[in-house]
Amino acid sequence: MKILSPTGHLGFTPIERGSFDIGVSHRPDAIVADSGSCDIGPQPLGADEHCSPEDWQRHDLELMLLAARRLGVPMIVGSASDAGTDRGVHQYAEIIRELARRHGLASFNLATIFSEVSRDEVARRLRSGVRVEGLDGRPDLTQEVLARTDRLVAVMGVEPIIQALDQGADVVVAGRAGDSCLFAAPAIRAGFPEAAAYYLGKVLECASFAGEPFMGKESIIGAVTPDAVSVTAMHPGQRCTVASVASHAMYERASPFFEHVAGGVLDMTHCRYEQVDERTTRVSGFTFRRDAVYRIKLEGSGKVGERAVSIAGIRDPYTIRHIDAVIGWARSKVQERWGEPGARYQLYYHVYGRDGVMGPSEPRRAAPAHELCLVVEAVAPRWEDAEIICALGTRNLFYARLPEVRGTAGTAALMMDEVLRGKPGYEWTVNHVLPLADPLELTTVKLEVVGR
Amino acid sequence: MTTKPLVELAKTIRSKNAGVDQITFDVVFRDRETYELVKRSRALSPEAVMRLYSIPRERITTFVEFDPALAIKFTIRRETPSGSPGERDVFGAQQYAPLFDLPIPI
Repeated sequence: MKILSPTGHLGFTPIERGSFDIGVSHRPDAIVADSGSCDIGPQPLGADEHCSPEDWQRHDLELMLLAARRLGVPMIVGSASDAGTDRGVHQYAEIIRELARRHGLASFNLATIFSEVSRDEVARRLRSGVRVEGLDGRPDLTQEVLARTDRLVAVMGVEPIIQALDQGADVVVAGRAGDSCLFAAPAIRAGFPEAAAYYLGKVLECASFAGEPFMGKESIIGAVTPDAVSVTAMHPGQRCTVASVASHAMYERASPFFEHVAGGVLDMTHCRYEQVDERTTRVSGFTFRRDAVYRIKLEGSGKVGERAVSIAGIRDPYTIRHIDAVIGWARSKVQERWGEPGARYQLYYHVYGRDGVMGPSEPRRAAPAHELCLVVEAVAPRWEDAEIICALGTRNLFYARLPEVRGTAGTAALMMDEVLRGKPGYEWTVNHVLPLADPLELTTVKLEVVGR
Repeated sequence: MTTKPLVELAKTIRSKNAGVDQITFDVVFRDRETYELVKRSRALSPEAVMRLYSIPRERITTFVEFDPALAIKFTIRRETPSGSPGERDVFGAQQYAPLFDLPIPI
């Protein structure tokens, strides 16, 4: 079985056409892509918005749909529209319907899979004593943290996707899903062992990131047998080498040895890598262990407040040496009117030119540049408050009182005396796992006929 | 003792989110000889990471040598989840620079 992976994040940047067409000419058995990530921050999930332009999403869906229908093979897209909410699934399903009409496609079955979970549902489970365990060192989920959460999605495993394919789906649009599960589902359904199927998914999920030289949005193909996966770059200038494939195993993962999915863990500790031709690497030696209890990951995001941003520059070397005192002054003026930061407001000074990127971990913090850019960020429940706090915290950089300052007509350069409105601030409140009695209990699969 | 900065020995030095609560760092070498040299030197160690990033040991959640990729890899826990108000690096993509100057005895 061969699966074509054209992009690591559908819609984020358009798929490159050349290597995609080459991939299609190899007649894959399925075309699969993931369209979301928690990497983009908590705002798209919390606000239920997409961060990719719809034009690019449509572009990528169109390429995949037309090729999959021409070949007569399944097309599977997961984590629809960046955060994988129900809105995203509806949006992609509507794009698929439009494309089918516009291209006059012969009728096919479209499955939509929803995996958004209501806060009430999680609250009910917590009340009944279910432990919702925190990931990556987080404490277990509490009602208090849940109450601060605006929206939750369950990261589905292979089961609902297999269910949709069993029902005859030609095109699957899934909500939030484990990246590797989208690829593993058709392989498991075809009878391949879970270990090989999940490894296939693991290596294909970011498309050309598994090849070298570094390229994004180029297609790759993975071929699975019962005990090995061979992965081939489709771009003529790219190769999948032992180094590039092994290196990809650790990309964006805390450990290169284990990949956790709903229901189990893929163990890559004893993987063997062999170069089989110039552009193909074959991997074997992976194993898969099912968990004793089926657990599914929950992602949740909650709004912290409206966000205001402004920018100031500092050039006076004396002021730069005393920048902490300048910021301290501005903070104190905000506190005079608004009290200590906390629930009423949050105020951040990003000092670019000193430690804007790394904060307290910056080893060269003591040696700032000859000019600094201060980005002032204020967050408060009401926009009007965020705006005025940001203005107060910025203008007082201009009025800072330093004992020996020479420039007594203003201690900061304002690029503009203006406060900019940012998207509201959100926070990842939920990064936890929930035990399930049935892998399908939080997802809904709907099937419809689309096309002529 | 002669030393070389890590940036002159590694092919890739990168950082990236590993989920919403962690940032992972990959240091990849071009050939096995250089990889083994750096590994043997023990100069890139959890202690070195603690020192370079001014963080306590508890924030380093993994530190592994990954032979198939000729890579040394470690992961640190973020102080706040990615993208929260006050965020400096949503993707965790620019946190690797202090590794460049780490002296490796050769």
